[in-house]
Parts: sequence; C-alpha cells; structure tokens
Amino acid sequence: MMRRGKSILVMVFVSLYVVFSGFADTPKTMSVQVREGQLRITPSFLAEIIAKPAYGDRVEIIQDKGPWKKVVNRGVQGWMHISALTAKNIVLKAGAANVQTSATGSEIALAGKGFSEEVEKQYKNLNRNLDYAWVDRMEKFQVSPKQMQAFLKEGSVMPAEGALK
Amino acid sequence: MRKLLLVSLSIYSLLSLSSCQTMESATTLATAIGQGAGVISASQADSLRKTAKAVSRSAEEFTSEQEYYIGRAVGAVVLGKYSAYDQRAVNAYVNVIGQTLAQASDLPAIFGGYRFLVLNSDEINAFATPSGLVFVTRGLLRCCRNEDALAAVLAHEIGHIQLRHGMQAIEKARVTEALTTIAAEGAKTFGSREVAALTETFGGTITDITGTLINKGYARSSEYGADQAAVTLLKRVGYDPNGLVEMLNVMKKNLKADGLDFAKTHPAPDDRIAEIQKKGPAYVAVPTPAPRQARFLKALGKI
Repeated sequence: MMRRGKSILVMVFVSLYVVFSGFADTPKTMSVQVREGQLRITPSFLAEIIAKPAYGDRVEIIQDKGPWKKVVNRGVQGWMHISALTAKNIVLKAGAANVQTSATGSEIALAGKGFSEEVEKQYKNLNRNLDYAWVDRMEKFQVSPKQMQAFLKEGSVMPAEGALK
Repeated sequence: MRKLLLVSLSIYSLLSLSSCQTMESATTLATAIGQGAGVISASQADSLRKTAKAVSRSAEEFTSEQEYYIGRAVGAVVLGKYSAYDQRAVNAYVNVIGQTLAQASDLPAIFGGYRFLVLNSDEINAFATPSGLVFVTRGLLRCCRNEDALAAVLAHEIGHIQLRHGMQAIEKARVTEALTTIAAEGAKTFGSREVAALTETFGGTITDITGTLINKGYARSSEYGADQAAVTLLKRVGYDPNGLVEMLNVMKKNLKADGLDFAKTHPAPDDRIAEIQKKGPAYVAVPTPAPRQARFLKALGKI
C-alpha cells in the first residue's frame, strides 16, 4: 500500500511538471497570423527571406531566441518573429472538414469571417466619401531587407547591437 | 489513492483553464462552429452558450485579419478627408525610414505590413491605423529639419500602433457586440441580414476610431507613451532621440493656436519635451552626417 501511494505521488509530481513546463514554453506549433509570413535565414529583420509561409499555415517551433522562433514550415527551416505567429488555430475555410476536429480543444480563429472583405465591400457601398484606391496603392510600397541595409549604411545609421535582430 | 488522482486531475484542469475569458470565447466559437457544422443541435448549442459565463469582450480578441480590415477602413476615411501627396520619391524615402523603424519595434509583423503616405495638407497632423497604415501631412514634415527628426515623427506613430491605441478607442459595448456577432456566425455562411448587421457594427467601430484620431485625440498619457516608445525605437535603429525634441521645437513655432490639428489633439510641444526629458538625458544638438543630411534635403527640401 505504501509503495502504491509513493508511486501515485510520483505520478502526481510528474504530471504537475508536465503541466508547468508546458506553460512556461511557447506552444510547439503555432499559426501564421499575417498575410505573408517571412521565414529568415538568421533571427534578424535585415536577414534574407528564404520562404513566405501563407496566412494560416501551421509551423513547428524548434528553437527560441528572444522574440524570434526557429520554425519548420513545409520542410523549410528558418526564423520568424513571434508577432507573426498566434497560438490560435486559424481555420481557413469555414465548414471545412478540419473545423470539426479543431473545435474540440484549442482556440480557433476563422479566416475571412467577421470583419472581412465582404463587410468591407458593403461598407464601401454605403459610404461614398471613402478613398480605398490610395489604401490599395499604399499596400504596394514595399521595402526589402536589402534596401533597408543599404539605406542605413549610406546614412551612417548604426543600429544598436541586436536591435534589428 | 483515488483522491490523489482526483487532486492531480483537478489541479491539471484548473491550470489548463487559467484564462476564463479565453475559455468563454473559445466555448462560444466552438459551440457556433459545432452547430454550423451540424455536430450539435440548436438547443444544445443554446445551453452550451449559457453555461459559459458571460463576460465583456476585449478588443484584443479581434484577429489580425480583422484588425487589417478595420485599419483599411480608417485609412479610407482619412484619405476621403485629405488628399495624398503623390510624389514617388518623397513617399519612397518616408517608407524606407518608417518600415525600417517598424521592424525594430515590439510589433514588427502586422497582417498587411507597415506603410507610410504623405498627405497634401498644410495642417500639422499625422494618423496611424491599427493595421499599420501611417499618414503624415506636409505641414508636419516641415517641422523636420533633418532625417532624425523625420524618423522621430514616424516612430511616434509606430508607437501608437505598437501600444494599440487605435483599437482601444473602440467603445467597449461595440467590441462586445461585434465579437458576439462574429462568434455566433461560426462556420455558417453569412446571410445578407447578418452581413448588414455586421457592416453596421463595423461602421460604428470605424467612427469610434476616426472620431478619436481626427477630432478628439488620444489621452495625454497615450501621447507621452507614444513619445517614449519613439525614443526607444530611435535608439535601437541608430537615430538620435533628440531629433524628437528638435522637431517639437519647430512645431511649437509652426502651430496655430486655433488649428484643428495637433494644436487640438496633442499636448503642447513644451509639455511633450518636458516629459521626454524627465526620462532622458539633456538636449544636445543632433549631429547629422553629411550624406544623411544630403538625402534628407534632396527628398524633403521642398516639402
């Protein structure tokens, strides 16, 4: 009886350890919550982009370095900033087969639902005094890590160590 | 023996349900999805919803994608009121500085990315949408005498985005209403009546934000918070935080007392300078390397 009690106590502690260690770490898999993710070769915003994971893609976290996570996405390894990721499971198509399975536990976000393109369209129709054309043009103003690097160098702007990393 | 097991199980469940609010929203959403997917009946769904404790919702529950649509609409309202300054070289210059600063912020990745645009207005004004669109007027750019000062203006706006001031301007009741409607929608395809209702809530959300952004202004504490975030950001990237002080000193001279711009929506430049200097070293003139000043004058010399 004593031995049994001990082994149960051990089990309790082991399960508590598992629970607590699970809380301390980042979840092992996360979803990309930006329209176009950026997978970089090193943990820095000035680093080369080697892949662009899509919105809703699940990535596996294999290493942590401050706000940067080393992840695997579709077989490619690279670094992503934590602000591009969410613990929520983003379900891309409402009513799809994966909705039922994911509805059981983890928190879910439905892509394209709620305040969406459809609502924007209605809002545009109801409000004449809006300029979406320039909003669309603005979205095309893209600056690459290479351009940023060259610009900083040309102006002798020197980032504090680790600032852009 | 059983007791021990029960204790460990209850500790486990307590820990896993540490966030009531998250659980409540997850229940509502999961219930709606279950119902929409035909897994549970309407009455079952109803009782499930009732068991989850009703709590007020937080703006943080909006997904990054929904924030993106909110931000686009806020941008469209701003651009309905002000016209864009359609000068490619000027906007390219402002974007390379702004986007580089944004990457060094605590919120570098945002659904559609950070984008900057100059507005063709003599007012001294700037607006930042929750989705990362930043607008600055020519009048405000005229308060900048060097690139570090311009970087300070942009960093202040990034500060508002990073601190989520725009989303906090949405009325609490509206947040609850919007998130409840969205959760109830679940996996169903939206009917035209629901789309109309959601569009109305959406419109209200945009009015809440633009009302604060354009007319009322944020709380003084939010402005000081954005200044503080700007100082941190400038240091990280390698710009001189005194650029912010220099810009504010020029702004003080350029502001008109009865203006409907920063004169109305922001604390006085002197108050902002005093607040910045409380936490930082005394002012020293910004030393600007020649190539940096040359490109600044080339891009904005005639603004």
